[in-house]
Amino acid sequence: MFPEAWRFHIAPYVNEAVQWLLHSFAPTFDRMAASITSLLGAISRGLTFIPWWAYVLFIGLAAWRATRRWTSAIILGLMPLLIGLFGLWTLAVDTLAIIIASVLLALLLGIPVGVLMAEAKGTTKFITPLLDGMQTMPSFVYLIPAMMLFGLGKVPAVFATLIYAMPPVIRLTHLGLSQVPKPVQEAAKAYGATRWQLLREVRLPLAMPSIMAGINQTTMMALSMVVVSSMIGARGLGQEVLLSINRIDVGKGFESGLSIVIMAIVIDRITQGFARRFEPHRQN
Amino acid sequence: MINGDGPSSTYPALEIDDLWKIYGRNSQDIDIDDDELLAELTRSGEAVVAVKSVSLTVEAGEVFVVMGLSGSGKSTLIRCLLRLVEPTSGRIVIGGEEVTTLGEKELTRFRRRQAAMVFQHYGLLPHRTVLENVALGLKIKGMDRAERKEKAREALEKVGLDKWARYYPGSLSGGMRQRVGIARAIVMDSPLLLMDEPFSGLDPLIRREMQDELLRLQEELHRTIFFVTHDLDEAMRLGNKMAVMKNGEVVQQGTPEEILADPADAYVARFVDDKRRQVDLADRKKTAMVKTAEGKPEAKVSGKERSDHVS
Ligand SMILES: Nc1ncnc2c1ncn2[C@@H]1O[C@H](COP(=O)(O)OP(=O)(O)OP(=O)(O)O)[C@@H](O)[C@H]1O
Ligand SMILES: [Mg+2]
Repeated sequence: MFPEAWRFHIAPYVNEAVQWLLHSFAPTFDRMAASITSLLGAISRGLTFIPWWAYVLFIGLAAWRATRRWTSAIILGLMPLLIGLFGLWTLAVDTLAIIIASVLLALLLGIPVGVLMAEAKGTTKFITPLLDGMQTMPSFVYLIPAMMLFGLGKVPAVFATLIYAMPPVIRLTHLGLSQVPKPVQEAAKAYGATRWQLLREVRLPLAMPSIMAGINQTTMMALSMVVVSSMIGARGLGQEVLLSINRIDVGKGFESGLSIVIMAIVIDRITQGFARRFEPHRQN
Repeated sequence: MINGDGPSSTYPALEIDDLWKIYGRNSQDIDIDDDELLAELTRSGEAVVAVKSVSLTVEAGEVFVVMGLSGSGKSTLIRCLLRLVEPTSGRIVIGGEEVTTLGEKELTRFRRRQAAMVFQHYGLLPHRTVLENVALGLKIKGMDRAERKEKAREALEKVGLDKWARYYPGSLSGGMRQRVGIARAIVMDSPLLLMDEPFSGLDPLIRREMQDELLRLQEELHRTIFFVTHDLDEAMRLGNKMAVMKNGEVVQQGTPEEILADPADAYVARFVDDKRRQVDLADRKKTAMVKTAEGKPEAKVSGKERSDHVS
């Protein structure tokens, strides 16, 4: 047995720290919550305004543009119909709103961080371990601070999802920027490009395929948080899964699980297709 | 061959004075006068002396060729001129402006106006069309869209690629890509052109074509050209003046004729001997070809081509 007397808890300090954060930054968190709420509201309104057949059309068209194959366009376009047939359409739209909001915020924060890592090499020393930590941490853990700071509902769900989904886009932005061929950069420098011009004209465009892959991965990570974030009361498909687990309703669970998979496939194919369009124009 | 127009004619286009570049850890702290220390650091691999006390003067309108074997420090030298590589010590004056003391802002302005560079590996942007690539420097300078497109188109015409303006570099051959590189440089109207082995990656025939083209362009443009090569043939064909580099040092300077006639040391003599032998060999081959060609006219043609190549 481990000696009783050596017992030492950091839990009280963590709690205290969170309490302190809450007290001293209450207005900040309120403002953050308000912004996330209004962002979510805007996205939700937009999404619910769109009729179901418009989704089918849009997905079909986007899939065609991305893959240039009619078969995949038709299959991908018809897939979401299944969600509707299961009676889960509204919930799927709720989930989609959370995902779009989290991914938007993740990109807004993550891409600049990736750029920072590439531009100021010293920062990688601090950010890389943080990213490693963020990615090895079980996704449930993010629920705790999210809940403490923002209570229950969609806002903490967006917050937890955003934190969980951000690392890939940071990493791949950094990677893409550091893999830009030196000769091209040197040429731009020789013609008097400033750092900012070099970034905008050369580095970012050439890193684009990698950044797009990051966006795709971030989106997939956000989707994988759907069920977890429903544990803190985010309405959506995840909640259906949770409910059916509680009620041991395998059939219902399968339906909602399948709906999430369908969303994942559709989003993955479309974002990947767009990523491919950023491939540079190489030989022939 | 000195061209009389422009303010650059009052002083040399380029002056390099006792330039050193030492690669290695904390190279700034190494005392370049301490020969023993340098020798030891070089032996232990802690430092590489890439450019060693180089002094050169290039007059306006000249084609100045720096020749040397691989690793002799040519690229380092030419990169120092734009401070793409930071010199360890020494002075560089281009167009009356002391490059070595410029601050960051002035350096940017200097690069935009005073010198344009052509690279061995082209350094073209794969995501931009040929036209946009040629306009890169102008865009960086802040020229507006219509004007820079117009100028880029003119430059493309000069190198004979006007039909390729809308293609991406990926679909061009090596020779064509380097033409784009040259167009990108000449469009800048900078008095000094820097070229780091621009033709080394090209097939011999294309290479000769490009050399001729450069000479033709030079007749039209009268820029000062600082040209780096490892090929004596190329140096002789292009240069009004040349310098031979070995292990970071300039071992001989002069006109190509001077160097050919009177190699300063064994290193230069080896290049020259090699060239003489080539000429001899070609002469002998030509005679042989002409002899055997009496019955086979096509052999004569190829013999003539070869003699062209070395003359
Ligand atoms: N960034 C660097 N760090 C350390 N050493 C370098 C660096 N760049 C070049 N060197 C060394 O400096 C010396 C001169 O290199 P440089 O590239 O200037 O030669 P070069 O004459 O251009 O050769 P090449 O014909 O192969 O292009 C070489 O010994 C090379 O190994
Ligand atoms: Mg070189």
